[in-house]
Amino acid sequence: MNEASRGRCTVPWRNLFAILVVALIAAGCGGPYAQSAMQPASEIAQRLQDLFETIFWWAVAVFVIVQGALVVTVLKFRAGRRQDAVHSPKHVHGNTLVELAWTLAPAVVLVIIAVPTISTIWEVDLPTTDPDALVIEVVGHQWWWEFRYPELDIVTANEFHIPQGRMIDLRLTSADVIHSFWIPRLAGKRDVVPGRENILWFAADSVGIFIGQCAEFCGLSHALMKLEVVVDAPAEFASWARRQGRPAESLDEGDPLAALAAEGKDVMMRAGCIACHRIDGTPAQGVLGPDLSHVGSRRTIAAGILENTPENVERWLRNPGAVKPGALMPDLQLTEEDVRSLTAYLSSLK
Amino acid sequence: MSHSIYEGGLRSWITTVDHKRIGVMYFVAAGVFFFIGGVEALLIRLQLGSPESTLISSDLYSQLFTMHGTTMVFLVVMPLGSAFFNFLIPLQIGARDVAFPRLNAFSFWIFLFAGLFLNSSFLFGGAPDAGWFGYANLTSTQYSAGIRIDFWVLGLSLLGVSSIASALNFIVTIINLRAPGMRLMRMPPFTWMTLITSFLMILAFPTITIGLVMLLFDRNFGTNFFNPAAGGDVLLWQHLFWIFGHPEVYILILPAFGVISEVIPTFSRKTLYGYPFIIYSGILIAFLGFGVWAHHMFAVGLGPIANSVFSAATMLIAIPTGVKIFNWIATMWGGRLRLDTPLYFAIGFITLFIIGGLSGVMHSSPPTDLQQTDTYFVVAHFHYVLFGGTVFALFAGLYYWIPKVTGRLLHEGLGKLHFWMMFISFNVTFFPMHYLGMHGMPRRTFTYLPGLGFDLMNLVSTAGSLVLGASMLVFVWNLMRSLRRGPPAGRNPWGAATLEWTLTSPPPHYNFRTIPEVRARDPLWREDGVELGPEDSTVPEPVMPSPSAWPIMLALGPVIAATGTLVSSLPMALAGLAVLVASIYGWAFQPLER
Amino acid sequence: MDMHPTTTGVPNRKVLMWTFIGSECMLFGTLIASYLAYRGRSVVGPYPEELVNIPFITVTTFVLLMSSLAMVLALSAVQRGDRRGTIIWLAATAVLGLIFLGGQYLEFSHFVHEGLGLSRNLFSATFYLLTGTHGAHVLIGVIWLSSLLGMELRGNLGAEKAEIVEVAGLYWHFVDVVWIVLFTVIYLLV
Repeated sequence: MNEASRGRCTVPWRNLFAILVVALIAAGCGGPYAQSAMQPASEIAQRLQDLFETIFWWAVAVFVIVQGALVVTVLKFRAGRRQDAVHSPKHVHGNTLVELAWTLAPAVVLVIIAVPTISTIWEVDLPTTDPDALVIEVVGHQWWWEFRYPELDIVTANEFHIPQGRMIDLRLTSADVIHSFWIPRLAGKRDVVPGRENILWFAADSVGIFIGQCAEFCGLSHALMKLEVVVDAPAEFASWARRQGRPAESLDEGDPLAALAAEGKDVMMRAGCIACHRIDGTPAQGVLGPDLSHVGSRRTIAAGILENTPENVERWLRNPGAVKPGALMPDLQLTEEDVRSLTAYLSSLK
Repeated sequence: MSHSIYEGGLRSWITTVDHKRIGVMYFVAAGVFFFIGGVEALLIRLQLGSPESTLISSDLYSQLFTMHGTTMVFLVVMPLGSAFFNFLIPLQIGARDVAFPRLNAFSFWIFLFAGLFLNSSFLFGGAPDAGWFGYANLTSTQYSAGIRIDFWVLGLSLLGVSSIASALNFIVTIINLRAPGMRLMRMPPFTWMTLITSFLMILAFPTITIGLVMLLFDRNFGTNFFNPAAGGDVLLWQHLFWIFGHPEVYILILPAFGVISEVIPTFSRKTLYGYPFIIYSGILIAFLGFGVWAHHMFAVGLGPIANSVFSAATMLIAIPTGVKIFNWIATMWGGRLRLDTPLYFAIGFITLFIIGGLSGVMHSSPPTDLQQTDTYFVVAHFHYVLFGGTVFALFAGLYYWIPKVTGRLLHEGLGKLHFWMMFISFNVTFFPMHYLGMHGMPRRTFTYLPGLGFDLMNLVSTAGSLVLGASMLVFVWNLMRSLRRGPPAGRNPWGAATLEWTLTSPPPHYNFRTIPEVRARDPLWREDGVELGPEDSTVPEPVMPSPSAWPIMLALGPVIAATGTLVSSLPMALAGLAVLVASIYGWAFQPLER
Repeated sequence: MDMHPTTTGVPNRKVLMWTFIGSECMLFGTLIASYLAYRGRSVVGPYPEELVNIPFITVTTFVLLMSSLAMVLALSAVQRGDRRGTIIWLAATAVLGLIFLGGQYLEFSHFVHEGLGLSRNLFSATFYLLTGTHGAHVLIGVIWLSSLLGMELRGNLGAEKAEIVEVAGLYWHFVDVVWIVLFTVIYLLV
């Protein structure tokens, strides 16, 4: 490389480029990522992450070697500024041995990746053999999640609880179109397919809240179909299960909202809600929409996209379609009073 | 640009059967659709630039991402490939035109009409909105009322006809119209890749055609192919779609491999290293490409056997794909690299394709893929291979071959500016998506909630996309400037080795006055590699096929029939059929040369 | 045509037809695979075993096979320059094809009469799509052959007539072979 070619050299660009590359790579690090696959909270998610990291570092190695070879080649063999027309490189047609070698080398790397891949497949894709597993049936709907615990006679929606450390055996299907059940920190995703039952299992390492999201395009509110799993200590889970298995208790007489809630219950029963919703212990036994028996105890509403506050519940009731485009719940044209009382009633269902 | 092969008014362009003009028309049409698809992408990025943005509604967003994907795959990258096939193949093999010039023109016109048909949906109730992959049963009338999906089904069916017709033509051309001495293993790599791609097209498109017909029937005639309540399997759609869809991505990348396999030797002044391996690996990729489709379905629950088999096959196909990269680098090694714009894009292609290929290897592992599929990780992957791969490679090809097409050189400085703007902004746009995916952002979402760590990376990506869009304008400016006042290119500005560079730029309308006799691969780089005959009037001017109006007429028939089907008008559908039949007879009774 | 003779020595139209047949193999392959995938999955009847009339279909299959024989004879006549033979055997091929189609029509009518409309169940959907696609191919073949017949009658089939008839014959034989597969898959495997 002589002075003449340096004038055309990309030295300042190269520094900038290197900085950019490092910045791009570093961009992904740090920060709390509540829905990240790279922060596993179960053994199976950890195994998926470990497999990813194995493949990732091999990929980095391959990239460094191959890209390095490319960069070195370009720098070493670029023509000088003065193009001498006489000099022509010797044509090399190939070398079978070399080509075989660099065909086998990637093959070896791929075998190294294939072995843990195949063994993990045979674990993940077969049902769990844990005899103590808790079976939960998951039904995907446009655009909410239904959860049924057959052994505990519980039905709930969008937020479900599980005991820490226990194997959870999910049976997945859909009531309408294909969705995908995904809680990244706890397990890989699995599609929920109408007419088919899929399985997914995991055991949560620690207590806490883990969020997920539908991961298969399913219509207008696909982006707004989240879900939450609350991992409780076994004792807490047992008490949650007991409460869920019974109708919600009415508010005490002395509670300031008791009267409003009672009005709200009337609204619920006459405004058409019972066509779609179920509230345990009342005439509302509809199955088209989420079960609302304990909706007041959930952290969020509208499938995880709104915090469960009275303001948000009112906002939903006034116009579901504005919160979730395409929502199948019609605008019931409720009066403001009805909205307030209904909100009080729903919030009381803990 | 005042060369006689492009002169003539609208009528001469509408009735042309000259492969060179047809190639130019494909390029212009693909360019316009690229602009449309690009605007769709920019709107998507603007919407995603901030969490819970209300810029674009969910409904419009669904149309945008559906049309962006459909447009880029079917109306941009494939036609751009066709533009190259059309202009170059006869020139590279020493022929005067393709085997069936009118069929060639027909392929173009039905593609153009199909693209217009598909895009007209925006004006008639909304564009298709169930994704470019249109999964059942979201696409059933129950969950997708109206005619948007019918627009999609019919539009894609028409495009399939175009692709199959074009591919059949190129297969016959390459097999049967080669100049004497142009043995298969002496053909330029681009011609080889075109042949392989054409076989993929005729074998892959029929499967999606059947799937589309089934969907059309479900939506319009009450059948239950994809209705689970009647025993149908929604996964049948996915199988049919991906049995087509996976070979389709090889259809999109193999021509790019062909371009790179010509640009790199030319600008290294050194023959392609391992030509046979490049060819055989291309053939192997095509075969294996039919055996990996279910790697798009790893989350569907096919079971451990299917997942293992498809995982292994997918890893296997990485080998012939990756080996080419080593061949290209080995070609440059020991060469004298002329760092002009085409080579910049070729080097950029290799870099980005390595990254895209490696993220593909990550996807090939089903357990890993269970976290990555349907997230922004896979969006990053396919943009690296399709944009960083194919589009960069096609730009390398454009900068390489446009001087042959127009007779004028493009400006090097502007070319390099285009490259750097595009290369850098491409990475800024798409690299962060790897993280977004791993951190839990699913794809095909019109918005996302704040507080999940997605905000900054989405903003960065959006910023990159705006610069990426702008970089295209540099190319357009370069092209316009070159057409007006670019220096004459001459016959062989790059000192390249293949037959097209023996002709004037642009070539005469009959290409070769005397068909050359080929004696070696890289004919222009070998002593006695080719024997060129006289170009002057000692040889009578070859008689070429006459222009014909039947190709465009025939193309109208199916489009009218499709429109009739769309609006449930039997008379219109029958009228389209009548135009189709009449045009076939008109064509059959019209001699090729008059 | 000013293009030089073909590299392989095989006429362009013939290479085109063979390649097209390759593509059609994938088309019918997909239809057949889908038919097989959905075999036995219909939720309501009527079911194939209740409907198919094997003796009847055997007759129509025989008719179609004979049409391929007629096609062979037509090609042989054309290659010999035997104009009368060409006309007779082209006509015979087309007529036998039409008889086959007539048989298909009768069978479809019978099925519909028994309650198997297009949208009835999975058997109806896959059966009608598969055999309907095949029938459409036969119909196109009949129209094509009739056109060739008409041109030969008026004497303007041209110098390349042998090549054109051969290519039509390739198509016709392919459609016949597809039927043999369909006959086996739908009727013999019922």
